[in-house]
Amino acid sequence: MTYLYYPGCSLRSTGRAYEESLLTVFRALEIPLKELDDWNCCGATSYVSIDETDAFALAARNLALAEAQSSDGSVQLIAPCSACYLVLSKTERYLEDYPDVNAKINAALDRAGLRYHGKVDVRHPLDVLVNDFGLEKIAKRIKHPLTGLEVACYYGCQTVRPFATYDHPQYPETMDKIVKVLGAEPIDWPLKTRCCGGSLTGTIQEAGLRLNRALLKEAKGRDADLVATCCPLCQHNLECYQPRINRMYDEDIDIPVAYFTQLMGIALGCDERELGMHRLMKKPSLKHIMHPKGASANAW
Amino acid sequence: MSLPTPPAVQSDDGASIESMKQVVRRIKFESELDLEFGERVAAKAYGQKLLSCIQCGTCSATCPLSHYMDYTPRKIIAMTREGFREEVLNSLTIWLCSSCYACQVQCPRQIHITDVMYALKREAISLGFYPRRLPIPVLAREFFKRVLKDGRNTESWLLISLYLRTNPFRMLKEAMLGLRLFVRGRLTVGRERVRRRDQLRAILTPERPKNGGLVK
Amino acid sequence: MPGKQTNGEIRIGFYVCHCGHNIGQTVDVKAVAAYAEKLPHVVVAREYKYMCSDPGQELIGEDVRASKLNRIIVASCSPLLHEHTFRTAVEKAGLNPFFFQMVNIRENVSWVHTDTAAATQKANDLVRAAVHRVAHHVPLEKKHVAIDPAVLVVGGGIAGIHAALTLANAGKKVTLVEREATIGGHMAKFDKTFPTLDCAACILTPKMSQVKNHPNITLWTYSEVASVEGFVGNYTVRVRRKPRYINEELCVGCMECIEKCVYKEGKTSDEFNVGLSKRKPVYIPFPQATPQVVLIDPEVCIEFKSGKCKKTCVEACDRDAIDFKQKETVEEIRVGTIILATGFKTFDARRVPVYGYGKYPNVYTSLEVERLVNASGPTGGELILRDGRRPKTVGIIHCVGSRDKNTNRWCSRTCCMYSLKLAHLLKEHTDAEVYNFYIDIRAAGKTYEEFYDKLLEENIHFIRGRVAEVTDWAVRPSEEGRLVIRAEDTMIGIVRRVPVDMVVLAVGMEPQTDAGDVRRLFNISCSTEGFFLERHPKLAPVDTFTDGIFIAGACQGPKDIPDSVAQAGAAAAQALALIDRGEIELEPNTAYVEAELCSGCKTCLGLCPYHAITRNEELKKAEINEALCKGCGTCVAGCPSGAIHQHLFEDDMIFSELSGLLEPQPADCC
Repeated sequence: MTYLYYPGCSLRSTGRAYEESLLTVFRALEIPLKELDDWNCCGATSYVSIDETDAFALAARNLALAEAQSSDGSVQLIAPCSACYLVLSKTERYLEDYPDVNAKINAALDRAGLRYHGKVDVRHPLDVLVNDFGLEKIAKRIKHPLTGLEVACYYGCQTVRPFATYDHPQYPETMDKIVKVLGAEPIDWPLKTRCCGGSLTGTIQEAGLRLNRALLKEAKGRDADLVATCCPLCQHNLECYQPRINRMYDEDIDIPVAYFTQLMGIALGCDERELGMHRLMKKPSLKHIMHPKGASANAW
Repeated sequence: MSLPTPPAVQSDDGASIESMKQVVRRIKFESELDLEFGERVAAKAYGQKLLSCIQCGTCSATCPLSHYMDYTPRKIIAMTREGFREEVLNSLTIWLCSSCYACQVQCPRQIHITDVMYALKREAISLGFYPRRLPIPVLAREFFKRVLKDGRNTESWLLISLYLRTNPFRMLKEAMLGLRLFVRGRLTVGRERVRRRDQLRAILTPERPKNGGLVK
Repeated sequence: MPGKQTNGEIRIGFYVCHCGHNIGQTVDVKAVAAYAEKLPHVVVAREYKYMCSDPGQELIGEDVRASKLNRIIVASCSPLLHEHTFRTAVEKAGLNPFFFQMVNIRENVSWVHTDTAAATQKANDLVRAAVHRVAHHVPLEKKHVAIDPAVLVVGGGIAGIHAALTLANAGKKVTLVEREATIGGHMAKFDKTFPTLDCAACILTPKMSQVKNHPNITLWTYSEVASVEGFVGNYTVRVRRKPRYINEELCVGCMECIEKCVYKEGKTSDEFNVGLSKRKPVYIPFPQATPQVVLIDPEVCIEFKSGKCKKTCVEACDRDAIDFKQKETVEEIRVGTIILATGFKTFDARRVPVYGYGKYPNVYTSLEVERLVNASGPTGGELILRDGRRPKTVGIIHCVGSRDKNTNRWCSRTCCMYSLKLAHLLKEHTDAEVYNFYIDIRAAGKTYEEFYDKLLEENIHFIRGRVAEVTDWAVRPSEEGRLVIRAEDTMIGIVRRVPVDMVVLAVGMEPQTDAGDVRRLFNISCSTEGFFLERHPKLAPVDTFTDGIFIAGACQGPKDIPDSVAQAGAAAAQALALIDRGEIELEPNTAYVEAELCSGCKTCLGLCPYHAITRNEELKKAEINEALCKGCGTCVAGCPSGAIHQHLFEDDMIFSELSGLLEPQPADCC
C-alpha cells in the first residue's frame, strides 16, 4: 500500500524542515509515500470563518483528488500539519455525518468534474508510524539511540482534537512512545495539548506569547532538554519567539524545538542536512543530542 | 451596537446627578433582543446541541484564551441562546478562539463550540460587525483572498498583506525575525500555486464577488 | 374448545371514546359512530366523552340489557391501559369478558396523525376489522395459580435488608442472598448520613444483626443466584454458595486465625476500605460484618498457592472451623416472589482523566473519603493524605461521571448532598478551607435545603462551575507542590485557579457491571442506561414486566438511603399483596396443542422463550404449561403441522380481522 502525502502550505515555507525530515524518515523506513498531485490549501482555521461551504469544498477537492489518484480500496492520506490534518479529517467526518453537507459539497465538486465517495482515511504521521508501521520495526532500525535526552513531547491541539481517534484528546502518548523507542526519555508534563495560540502570535501577540511562555517554562521547569513537535505552526511559535518572550517577561528560556521526525531521523542515522536541521533557529546541535546531561557520546 | 449608556443618571425630578456620572445603567429589554438568533446559530453549528447548554463553564475553564475574552465562551453561548446578537457579534471572544477544540472535547453536552464560534465569526463578517482594527478577521480575510487566487497560501505574502492592512509598523518589528527565517529558507519569495485553478474556481461559490463578498 | 355462548345471532354494541380532546381533536368521533352503526351485526353505536369513566362503563351494561347485546367493541386508547377496565364492565353486564374487543384509536391514530379526514378513515378501517373479528370470539375461562408465600431477596444492602425484614416481620419466610461476605452494602462503608449526620453504622448494624437473628430469614452471604425457573408464585431458584473455607456454623468471629496468620501484615488491597488499607489472606470485611464469620482468599493464601503453609490459622482456631477442602455448593429453593435489590456501583473516576485520579495521589473518590473520615477506617478517622500530609485546603468536584454525555448523562441525585456532608466532615476534621465546585446544587429532599443553608453558614466555598482540570502545573509560587483546580466561577464570570492539597471527586452512581446478566437471569428489562426498568415510571415504580419480580433501591436508578428504604418497603408490600391474595388469575390467551395434529417434532420447544413447552415422551406430543405461557404466539406461527392454536388469537379471528381491514370500501363510504 502506498500512502498519499498531503504537504500543506506551511511545509513548503516555515515548516520546510518538517517536510524534509518526514520524507527522509519515511524513506529510511521504506514506507512508500506519493505526493498528492496538484493539492490545494486545506483552508486552515481562517477559511471557515468566511464561508463554510467553500471551506469544506476546498478541503474536499483534496479528498476527491486523493481518491482519483489512488487505486486502493481505502485511500490513506497523510497530513503532517495539524491544521491540515484537522480540516481534512473534519471535512471527511462531516461529509459522512451530515447528508446536507455532503449534498452541497458534492454539488460544488461536480461543477469541476470531481466527486468524493468517502473512501479517504486522513492519517497523521504519528498514527501511521505507531499503528501501521509499528514501534518494534522502528526500534530495529535505530542506529544512534538518543540515550538520556529528556524530551517534552508537545502535540498541540489539532493533531489530537477532536476528530483523531488514534490517541487521547488531552493526554496523548503516541509521540512519547516513539521518543522512547529512540532511546530518549519523554517527560511527564501536563501541557502536552495546551494550545500554542496558533496564529495569535501574528495578530494579538501578547496573548500568543504568553501561551508559548507557559509551555516553554513548564518544559524547562521539568528539565526537558528539548521540545518535540508535530506541527509547523507550534514549532514556529515555540522556537521563534523565545528571544521576545525572554525580553518581554524577563525570562531565561533557551530550549531547542525540533520536529519529532528530526529526532527520528537522527536516531535512524539519516543525514543531518536531509533532515533540515540547518533550518532550525536553535539547532539542537548534534552535540546536544549526543551529550545530554553527561550521557556518553558513544552514539556517534 | 454596545449597551446604551446614557450620559448621566437622572434623579427622580429629572435633574442630572453630576456626582454619579460613573454609574452605568444596564438593563436589557426583551424588545431589544433577537429571539431567533440562538436557533439560527445552532442550525449553522451542527445540530441543536447549543440549546442544551447547562452553563457549567467547562468551556471557559478549559479555554487557554478565555482570560483575554470580554465574555467567557460560556457567556457567549448564553447570550447567543437568549438573543443578545449585537453584543455577541461585537465581542472579542469569537475572534480570540484559536480553534484548539479543547472545550469541545470536554463539553458535557457535546456542543460543537468551535463550530458555534465559526458560525458567529461568519455572521459577524457578513454583517460587518467585527471590530475594525482587530487583526484576526483581517488575517482571515487576507488568507481567504490568497487562497481564492492561488489555491495555496504563501506565508510570506500573507504576513506582509496582514501587516500592511493592520499595523505597517509591525513589519519593521518583525523584519529581524523575517530575515532569520529567510536565511534558513523558511520564508519563500515565489508564490505557491495550484495548476488547475480553473477547477478550484468552479468549486467555490460561483457568484461571489472578487473580494469574497466581504464588507470592507 | 368451549362452545359459543350466543343464541345464534351476533349482536354487537359499539362505543367510541373522545378521551377528552385526545381523540376527539383529531378523529371525527361522531362520524366513526355513524359509520360503525351501518356495519353488519352492529346493533348499538355510541360516542362518549370518557368511556373509562363510571357512566361510560354503565352505558355498556344498560345497552347489553336493553338491546340484548352479546359482543362489545370499544374504540379508545391502548388495551394496555383499559382493556381490563372494559372486560370487567362486560363481565358485570353478564357477558363473558372475552366477548370484547378493543380498538386503539388514540396511540395508533389520533396521537400520530394530524389530518382529520385521513385519521377518521383509519379509525373506521380499524373498527371494521374489529367488527369482523369479534363475531368469532368465544367465551374463555381465566386460570388461577397459587402463590408460594416464600420470598427471595437478592442483595443485602440497605434496600435488601429493609425488604427482607419487612417481609419477615409480616411472618413470611425470606431467603436473603448477598454476593459479598457480609451484608450492609455501600451504606456500611459510609461514615455519617446526610442531612441528619447520624452515624451510618449506628443505624445500619442493628438492622444487620436483626437479619442474622430473625427466625424467618435465611441469610446466604458470599452467594449468587445461578438460575431462575418458573413463573409468578412458583419460582425455582438455584443459588451458588461460594466456599469461604470456613465452616460458617462453627466460626464465632473471634478472629484469632487472622491474628495468627503467617502473614504478619496484610498485603492484599482491602475491598471494604476501597483499597486504602491492606488485609491478610484470612480476613473479615469489617468488625461488624454480618455474619460475623471470617473467610479465606484462595488467591493469596499460601496453603492454596503452594500447599506448604504452616497453617498457624488452623492451630489458632479452637473450634476447628477452617476447612481448606470446602467446595462450592448449589442450593435450590422455591419461592413465589422475588425482590431484586442489587444496588449500584460508583463511577470509575479514571474515565475522566482530566481530574487526575490514579495520577495524583491526593485525588480521592468520595467513597474513599467516607472510609478516610470514618473512625473505623484505615486511618482511624484521622485525615492523613496518601503523601502523609494533612490537608489545609480541599476541593470537592461535583458531577464526576454524572450529567455528562461523554460518560453518564443522568444526574446521580445523591452526590450534591453527600458532597455537602463530606464538606462538613472535612472541615470538622481538619478545619481546612473547603471548596465545592458544582453545576447546580440539588438539595430537593426533606430538610436537605436546610442542610445546604447550614453549610453556607459554615463558610464553605461554593463555586458554581464545572471543573475543567486538576493539574500540578503551577503558575504562581503559591501553587507549587499543590494541585490546582481550574474552573470558571460562573456566578462571577471569571476563570479561577484554586490550589488545594486534596481533591475529592464526587463520583456518580452507575448500574452494576453485571446488571445485564442479572437482567437476563430474572427475565426483566433494563432502561438504556442499564438500570432495571420499572413497569411504569409513576404508577408501578417497583414492579417489573415479569410478574412476581420486584425491584428496590439503586438497581432501579440512583437513590439515597431514604428513597431506597421507601422503595424496599414498597416492594415488600407488593410482594405481600400478592402472597396474601393467595393466587393470581392468568390471562387465558395461552397457546394449546391440538394433539391429533402434533407430530412431536419438537420445533416449538426451542422456540418458546418461556420454557413453557415440554414433550410428553409417552404420547410423543408437545404439551404447553398454561401457567408459563405468556401468549406470545411464537410456537403458533412456528408449528410446521399447524397443531398449535392460541386462545383469543384463533386463525378465524385473525383472518376475519384482516379481511375486515382489507375489505374494499365503496367510494362514498368515508
